[in-house]
Amino acid sequence: MVSIEYYIGLSAILFIIGTMGVLTRRNAIIIFMSIELMLNAANLLFVAFARMFEALGGQIFVFFVMTVAAAEVAVGLALIVAVFRTKQTINIDEASTLKG
Amino acid sequence: MDANLTVFIILAVVAIGSAIGMLLNRNAVYSALFLILNFATVAVFYIILGAPFIAMTHVTVYAGAIMVLFLFVIMLLGAEELTGGTTKFDWQKPAAVVLALFLLAELYVVIFFRDTVFAEFRALADFGTPQNVGRVLFNDYLLPFEITAFLLLAAMIGAIVIARRVRRKPGN
Amino acid sequence: MLLSETTTTGFLELVPWIVFFPVIGLLLNIIFGRRWGELGVAITAVSASALSLVVSVLQFITLQGAHGEAMVYKLAEWLHIGSFSIPWEFRVDTLSVTMMLVVSGVGTLIHLYAVGYMHYDVRYKGDPKSYARFFIYLNLFIAMMMILVSGNSYLMLFVGWEGVGLCSFLLIGFWFTKNPDATEGTQNSYAAKKAFIANRVGDFGFLMAMFLTFWHFGTLSFSELFPEVAHYEGPESLVWWIAGFMLLGVTGKSAQIPLYVWLPDAMAGPTPVSALIHAATMVTAGVYLVARSAPVFSAVEGVHVMVALVGAATALFAATIAVGQYDIKKVLAYSTVSQLGFMVAAVGMGAYVAGMFHLVTHAFFKALLFLGSGSVILAVERGHHPLVETGDADASHGHDDHGHDDHHGEVFDPQDMRNMGGLRKKIPWTFWTYMAGTLALAGIFPFAGFWSKDEILLDASHFEGAMAVYWLLVIAAAFTAFYMGRQVWMVFFGEPRHHAAEEAKESPWTVLLPLVVLAILSTLGGFMNWPFESGLEPHRFGHWLEYTLKVSLGHELHIPEFSFSVAIQSTLIAVAAIFISWLVYGRKPLKSGQTDPLAKALGPIFKGMNAKWWVDELYQAVILTPYEKLAKFLSQTIDWSFWHDWFHEKGIRDNFQRLANFLANPIDMGVIDKISYLLAQGAQGSAGWLSKLQTGFVRNYALAVFTGVVVILGYLVLFR
Repeated sequence: MVSIEYYIGLSAILFIIGTMGVLTRRNAIIIFMSIELMLNAANLLFVAFARMFEALGGQIFVFFVMTVAAAEVAVGLALIVAVFRTKQTINIDEASTLKG
Repeated sequence: MDANLTVFIILAVVAIGSAIGMLLNRNAVYSALFLILNFATVAVFYIILGAPFIAMTHVTVYAGAIMVLFLFVIMLLGAEELTGGTTKFDWQKPAAVVLALFLLAELYVVIFFRDTVFAEFRALADFGTPQNVGRVLFNDYLLPFEITAFLLLAAMIGAIVIARRVRRKPGN
Repeated sequence: MLLSETTTTGFLELVPWIVFFPVIGLLLNIIFGRRWGELGVAITAVSASALSLVVSVLQFITLQGAHGEAMVYKLAEWLHIGSFSIPWEFRVDTLSVTMMLVVSGVGTLIHLYAVGYMHYDVRYKGDPKSYARFFIYLNLFIAMMMILVSGNSYLMLFVGWEGVGLCSFLLIGFWFTKNPDATEGTQNSYAAKKAFIANRVGDFGFLMAMFLTFWHFGTLSFSELFPEVAHYEGPESLVWWIAGFMLLGVTGKSAQIPLYVWLPDAMAGPTPVSALIHAATMVTAGVYLVARSAPVFSAVEGVHVMVALVGAATALFAATIAVGQYDIKKVLAYSTVSQLGFMVAAVGMGAYVAGMFHLVTHAFFKALLFLGSGSVILAVERGHHPLVETGDADASHGHDDHGHDDHHGEVFDPQDMRNMGGLRKKIPWTFWTYMAGTLALAGIFPFAGFWSKDEILLDASHFEGAMAVYWLLVIAAAFTAFYMGRQVWMVFFGEPRHHAAEEAKESPWTVLLPLVVLAILSTLGGFMNWPFESGLEPHRFGHWLEYTLKVSLGHELHIPEFSFSVAIQSTLIAVAAIFISWLVYGRKPLKSGQTDPLAKALGPIFKGMNAKWWVDELYQAVILTPYEKLAKFLSQTIDWSFWHDWFHEKGIRDNFQRLANFLANPIDMGVIDKISYLLAQGAQGSAGWLSKLQTGFVRNYALAVFTGVVVILGYLVLFR
């Protein structure tokens, strides 16, 4: 087995890439996918540490994270659809009426 | 070179590459496909780390359900290409890059200059088997499990409500 | 008799009623005066005074029963400060009862006189409503005078002293408003003010004397003080100071040199006032004071001489002025000053009996003379312009007091003797009673004035302190006879010099009755103190007073033997003086418009006499004008220009305003306001600036969150 530092590093890089996606892209759906990537990175780290400390609680937590992520995606996409009906665009820069 | 390490490196490169691909692609569908690839890689990692059940669940839920949902919505909205106005603030991208580098630096410091020494992974048999996971899930973590069920219910209702077309009442 | 069965205290408990009856009278007149009209007011006032007289007589009887022993009746506590206590006590002894009888007796007669006199006077002055006011003041005066004579301590005496001073002021200035005679309105007020202020100077003296007495003896009560004074062993200068200050008070109230100047001016008041206050009662308060304070004045040798000389000098000085006066009341006023001088000289010498005796007889004949002069003035005025409403004039002439006067435009002075003449045929009752008063004043045997004045001269001739006193008094007596003769010849004899004197009318019975009573008293009053061993009980009055004076002085009074030489001397001088006056005025009576023959004879001396030796002018120049200048200087330059204008306005007010402006504008507006303005600006600015953070773009918010994460992580990494 490789040592845990590698998994930590990989997880970190994936997380950062996901953050970049959230900050940089304007397409709402891409942003959502980046968020999923971030969650994924966290899941990876959970599983790694669960294996490290031989505690199944880590895996259980991953299970729950996945569930929540699924729920969140469902609702979020429904929101995007609703917004698209009004604004005819999914460019989140267009949704800026709450400025000031 | 160690065989484990080789495998790990290859898989890591694939994972990172697919992530970057997802990030940079103009087309939303391609991004989704890259993400599916990333999920697959991560599932393999899970198997390596002795969590077969989680790996299967991961593939099923994420790649199978969530990404399908994504693709459905992309197709529904016709959002492969992003139309719409120009960026209103150009400084966001460089700022994001700078901050990301900062974070990377901090993570580097955390990983390689810490005092605690982690032990090596031990060899384990049937660590993350479905039986074991199920036993723990339904004994120690029963309450969160039930609550999560409610959560899903709420999400389901919410999604339906939000995405519903509002019919006009007759006579208004 | 019932009286002998009364206890020794007798009617002592009734003594406060000498004060209360007049007070009740005046209160009733204040409340009901307007409603009752003249008759009601008159009855109330006269009865109040008469009742006071009745109580005084009862006190007299009480004292007779107690063989003249002094009694003190305490009515109430008044002052109580630490160990110093002054209760309101009434002292009933022979001296005070004498005064009580004089005041209430003569006072009641004058009240009765005033009923008739004021009836005309208020109509001539055009203010009939003042009738009640007059009697209110008159009753107040009786009450105050009673407090004065019945007090058992200097402080109670002073209360009455001040009170009669007030009444004098009120009554002198009685006609102070703008009514037909009101060219004199302000003059009357000036006269009243002058009286009050001159009295004030005297009061200052009295107060100093009281302060010194209290300081050294610790008490002001007669019962406690006089025994202490009688055996006083301390420094002589204290007694000189006390006596000196008290003498100042006496000169104020009893019109001696130097404070007599108010008395002639006080003739501006109605005649009953002049009679009561300025002849019979108030002005005698000073004499009473000296008699009462006999122990103080006899404690040290030489004090006598000071007092006696003041009295004698005043007697002569005033008599000379009386010779040159044309106003009938002014003659009597200066005569009063002169006679008061006699009295003060007497009590100053230690001849207390003689002085008090003269006080009593003088009250009789001087009141008579004043009332008589009032009757004369009234007669002449009624002759000048008769009033329809009093039945003097025919209604057919129309109700016009001035119109039918063919001397319209001329200012007529009814008191000027040059407008009179030949009145003995027109007003006979007044004439005969006036003659009785004149002869009494001149000191002709057997009238009352002869006995009392003679006794004073007798005591003066024995006075070891200064023989000058005797000679001054003798010359003054001569002058007295002369000016009284002059007055009688000018007023009653010869031919009327003015049509008003032609038409003069006799006064009503309310005016004449007191005149008659007083005339009888002036004639027979001398027998009160019969000096011979045979005949009536000798020295009855003297023995009567002796009861009190013996106790206060601590030794027997020395009553000198009757001396025929002194008596004959004084009688001859008086008769000679009257003869000279007849030569000048009686033989060739004055015609109207003719100047006084004495003026031609004496020239500048007469002018001096007429001008009262320019004493008022002297006071004005030496005291009053510099004082006014000083007051003006203090008020204008110091108080107004300096304190007010410069110090207050420029100094305090302007600088304060400058300071306030400075604090307001640069500091308050500039700094403090600026601070709050800047705070507001800052808040506004930062708000405006901070609101830019709310861009509305989700990505910016995400960036912000991410930045926060990086920062916190950095902190944890670097410092933990």
